[in-house]
Amino acid sequence: MSEITLDRLVTVIRECAGDSDEFDLDGDILDVTFEELGYDSLALLEISARLQEEFGATVSETEMETPRITLRLLNEAVRSDADRTDADRTDSSEVAA
Amino acid sequence: MSTATANVVTGLGVVAPNGLGTEEYWAATLAGESGIDVIKRFDPHGYPVTVAGEVLDFDAAAHLPKRLLPQTDRMTQHALVAADWALADAGLRPDATDAFRLGVLTASASGGFEFGQRELEKLWGTGPAKVSAYQSFAWFYAVNTGQISIRNGMKGHSSVFVGEQAGALDAAAHAVRLLGQDTIDAALTGGFEASVCPWGLVAQLPGGLLSEVPEPHRAYLPFDRRACGYVPGEGGAVLVVEKEDTASARGAGRVYGRIAGHASTFDPRPGSGRPPGLARAVRGALDAAGLEPGAIDVVFADAAGVPALDRAEAEALAEVFGPGGVPVTAPKTMTGRLYAGGAALDTATALLSIRDSVVPPTVGTTEPATGPALDLVLGSPREMPVRSALVIARGAGGFNSALVVQRHDA
Repeated sequence: MSEITLDRLVTVIRECAGDSDEFDLDGDILDVTFEELGYDSLALLEISARLQEEFGATVSETEMETPRITLRLLNEAVRSDADRTDADRTDSSEVAA
Repeated sequence: MSTATANVVTGLGVVAPNGLGTEEYWAATLAGESGIDVIKRFDPHGYPVTVAGEVLDFDAAAHLPKRLLPQTDRMTQHALVAADWALADAGLRPDATDAFRLGVLTASASGGFEFGQRELEKLWGTGPAKVSAYQSFAWFYAVNTGQISIRNGMKGHSSVFVGEQAGALDAAAHAVRLLGQDTIDAALTGGFEASVCPWGLVAQLPGGLLSEVPEPHRAYLPFDRRACGYVPGEGGAVLVVEKEDTASARGAGRVYGRIAGHASTFDPRPGSGRPPGLARAVRGALDAAGLEPGAIDVVFADAAGVPALDRAEAEALAEVFGPGGVPVTAPKTMTGRLYAGGAALDTATALLSIRDSVVPPTVGTTEPATGPALDLVLGSPREMPVRSALVIARGAGGFNSALVVQRHDA
């Protein structure tokens, strides 16, 4: 799976938590904290739930400090899920053999 | 309410089916322009009720931060915008005063029905993962008080009142009580409802009080012999009410009037043989205001539009004021009944009557029902000085509330 980028994350944020009035989310916001962007803990919970739904990977809302951190955690989680699936497949093929 | 004379109403905010903002609503109301029509927000055909008073030209995104939109029901969007308008009208800036001396007291009857319907559809249609985290509060009846408080940084004593159509009068009375106790200096108080959606409508159907007449102009005719139930509506109003001394000290401009008295009663259980509590509530409000019935210039009636309830209200009015003893009006014939918003809007309307010395009309009603005579203001507004007005509201289940508003110098 290709790397999840900021514009994918921004689409999710806009859809579920609403656009920011303070910042242009299409601008350089990678290192702006969600608090500064105006999103509270419940907004992060909502974003986390949507990311889980869309990418099948869990990022805890308590760790989502900035978009950059969120994307790093999200991509790590997606990769490790993919690795695990590969490992499972390998395991089951070995059993089958 | 012995301390009631120490309060002043300094700001109004209105969202109504026949007008957005106080002046647009008031102009439409005096002109007899109704906001009642065939339901547009969804296809009502197939439901027994097809007519409502909808707020259709309200653009929440034009007034509110974008982040608030996914987390608010329409009733909350109405409440937040009307609260902004009321604060601006009063010239009251929460950020320029002690936040802990500012309260928010709103009424709600059903909460955020449309939001709730949408999320429950997701729950049962696609599973719990799709349900918005904001469902945790957005459909809650207490949410308007909370969101107004957060948005404006008003951190003083705040409450929510649930008394169906009567709740907003109790909320206003409690705001005045808190001012009198010197708990707060100012409050936003009112009520909003926006449950015109399929779920909100069907939830009201078993009560059997909604009008099933499909012609908008004939659907809601309180005190008429053709009365056949009421039309549901959406919207409401909010008032800024302040202690007179602190309002004066901060240089508040216009004063619409004051809240002079209130009482609420509860009906006896059906079949008890005891009389309904409405007349007692009216007398209680007059007593609290220190007024004789003859001092009331106009009554804003509850006007249920249900023959037995209209009759009971007419009898209570005749008992207190004598048959035809006081002008009576029901401008809600142009909006429908707004649940928690209705009595708040009537209170705002009564204050505008005081300001402009004119009583808005009751529209639609033309053929008085049998029963005690009423001096109904029908068809066109009645110009007359208004010093004291009585607002009556009854909530389903037995709530009766009455509130007196008075000209500031009365």
